[in-house]
Amino acid sequence: MTANTSRDEVLRRVRQALGDRPGSTPDPGTIPRTYLTTHADRTPEQSADLLADNLADYRAHVHRTHAAGLPATIAHLLADHGTRNAVVPPGVPADWLSATAGVEIHHDHGELTARTLDTVDTVITGCALAIAETGTIVLDTSPDQGRRILTLVPDHHICVVNTPDQVVDSLPQALPRLTPAHPLTWISGPSATSDIELDRVEGVHGPRTLDVILVGPPSGPR
Amino acid sequence: MSGTYLGLPAFPQAARLSTRDEQLRANLRHATHTIRAKRATAIAELSDWPELRAAGTAIKDHTLHHLDHYLEQLETAVTAAGGTVHWAIDADDANRIVTDLIHATGETEVVKVKSMATQEIGLNEALAEAGINAYETDLAELIVQLGNDRPSHILVPAIHKNRTEIRDIFHTHMAAWGRPAPDDLTDEPRDLAEAARLHLREKFLRAKVAVSGANFMIAETGTMVVLESEGNGRMCLTLPETLISVVGIEKTIPTWRDLEVFLQTLPRSSTAERMNPYTTTWTGTTHGDGPRTFHLVLLDNGRTDTLADTTGRQTLRCIRCSACLNVCPVYERAGGHAYGSPYPGPIGAILTPQLRGTTTALDASLPYASTLCGACYDVCPVAIDIPEVLVHLRERIAQGGPTTRHGTKATIKPAKGHATERAAMRAAAWTLDHPAAWTATQRLATRTRALHPRRVPGRTASAWTATRDLPTVPARTFRDWWQHREPDPKDSQQ
Ligand code: SF4
Repeated sequence: MTANTSRDEVLRRVRQALGDRPGSTPDPGTIPRTYLTTHADRTPEQSADLLADNLADYRAHVHRTHAAGLPATIAHLLADHGTRNAVVPPGVPADWLSATAGVEIHHDHGELTARTLDTVDTVITGCALAIAETGTIVLDTSPDQGRRILTLVPDHHICVVNTPDQVVDSLPQALPRLTPAHPLTWISGPSATSDIELDRVEGVHGPRTLDVILVGPPSGPR
Repeated sequence: MSGTYLGLPAFPQAARLSTRDEQLRANLRHATHTIRAKRATAIAELSDWPELRAAGTAIKDHTLHHLDHYLEQLETAVTAAGGTVHWAIDADDANRIVTDLIHATGETEVVKVKSMATQEIGLNEALAEAGINAYETDLAELIVQLGNDRPSHILVPAIHKNRTEIRDIFHTHMAAWGRPAPDDLTDEPRDLAEAARLHLREKFLRAKVAVSGANFMIAETGTMVVLESEGNGRMCLTLPETLISVVGIEKTIPTWRDLEVFLQTLPRSSTAERMNPYTTTWTGTTHGDGPRTFHLVLLDNGRTDTLADTTGRQTLRCIRCSACLNVCPVYERAGGHAYGSPYPGPIGAILTPQLRGTTTALDASLPYASTLCGACYDVCPVAIDIPEVLVHLRERIAQGGPTTRHGTKATIKPAKGHATERAAMRAAAWTLDHPAAWTATQRLATRTRALHPRRVPGRTASAWTATRDLPTVPARTFRDWWQHREPDPKDSQQ
């Protein structure tokens, strides 16, 4: 069928199929939303702890620090991973990288190709928010997170989460804070497959190592 | 639906073969029982599971009842965001649209994200005929494709293969498709995954066109949502210049907020995880990030016919989590291939015959590939009453009645004396004869409220009626059916 006829025909069939229901303006307000907004009352500390536990449960490596300790933590993780070169999106604060001597840093301004990124060891980003109950970090391509390709091709991702500002408890709390017009990447642990005899193997295509740094308020060293 | 599955034997013949395959059964038992146990734990974490289930059900029903409105809203939103929307009546229509779109790019190869819809329409075969290589990039789909096999489970399509078989498939076939497997490849899952990573990375880096499905389409915003584990989805959705998504019209949900329900229920029902490792959402195209061109192909292919059936339309709520497969005693014995469709297990037993109609012996036998034990309904995160639909479809096959095919109202003739009826009866007999299926039914029967042993003749038949969902089962129809069955001795020899 030509394009228009297919469209008209599908819609005709839908309307005919719904002939038992008189046409009316949909009112999504009738949907019962009696489910919970969060599954417990938590202090910000408890939310951060739950996030850490759930991230670790899916084999992300979780590190806790405060603002002053962040550059050293990043430098340690790069050294531990044997990183020679790393990529950062344009909005990553310069002080995050103040201790990374010896590591070649690429600043992406939209020009790095997949093939170039394939030769990069590590990517360092912030995030839009993190969800404690599911152990999820969400990236929304803001300047400190960059293009989706940056967190996809390199094999090691270091992600910085500010607590408590960027931590929500639950999915119902997360969605209103996200903008669907931006492409979003939700990450719960590193890439994994269970396709071979249900044995979980980390990493087929995405980063195989995910380091998440939870940064506490400056006053509260951990 | 796909030509791939034409000419397959009816369910009971296929099931008889697969139940002799010890490897298949052992793999399946392990897989289904493992996922089943983990799922129960993951769901127990959410004290509001019944409320989430009710909300998911209501969102899907609401959308289906206003599907014309939401499809038009979706089209407007996707178009406004820079995408192009195409509509496909059936498999041929969809395959032609996708083929033309790929031809227009000048490319002859595409990377694919695992998608039930494209299996349903036989897209890979149609593309091959048009000279286009479609590379599956999900690890399990890669195993299936390299092995020239068919998927056997919605979630873990290669679950019927063990690690040694997978190693052999990689060894023998990878080279013909791209980067060969290393000579010293072991059968360790880690090594096999690494071989797949290297084999596929080379494809991702050069791919210009990707084909995907989607788990959800949000009418309000035009946002597409894909849940996955491996990262192959992100690769396909992000790296190529052109992205073509083929999605069944029933995947529409009204609002962004609705995701809060399904992102809680789908991963837990599917992989028994709090959340799947990766979810990607995108809305049209984004300057400087991801594909420059986005095409959405909205697929009917029997869905509006299913929508026209007031009992059967609940099938369209399905979010393809596969939980019903993992609890089904018949699936566990018969394996996914016996269902002759990309949709196996309880959902396949109701979805396939509605999408394709019941004119073939295979499709007519599927509603009988069940013990009606009700376990599938209990686990379904959108509360599809699969036993109710099964009984409804059996009635339709045995007694005839009104239906809709290709958008036209029709009346099915009773199948009396017809080959499809015999196939259906054989499927029923297979199901009832089968020890695992039988045990599950009996176990349930002992705690069901209504046993009617004298209502139908024979030990097996009583088990049939003794299901918890009996109140929705038209008993008279069943008796008619049963009486009709008796005179034909051929059918009791299964
Ligand atoms: S029918 Fe229900 S349980 Fe089965 S795959 Fe669909 S949503 Fe999941």
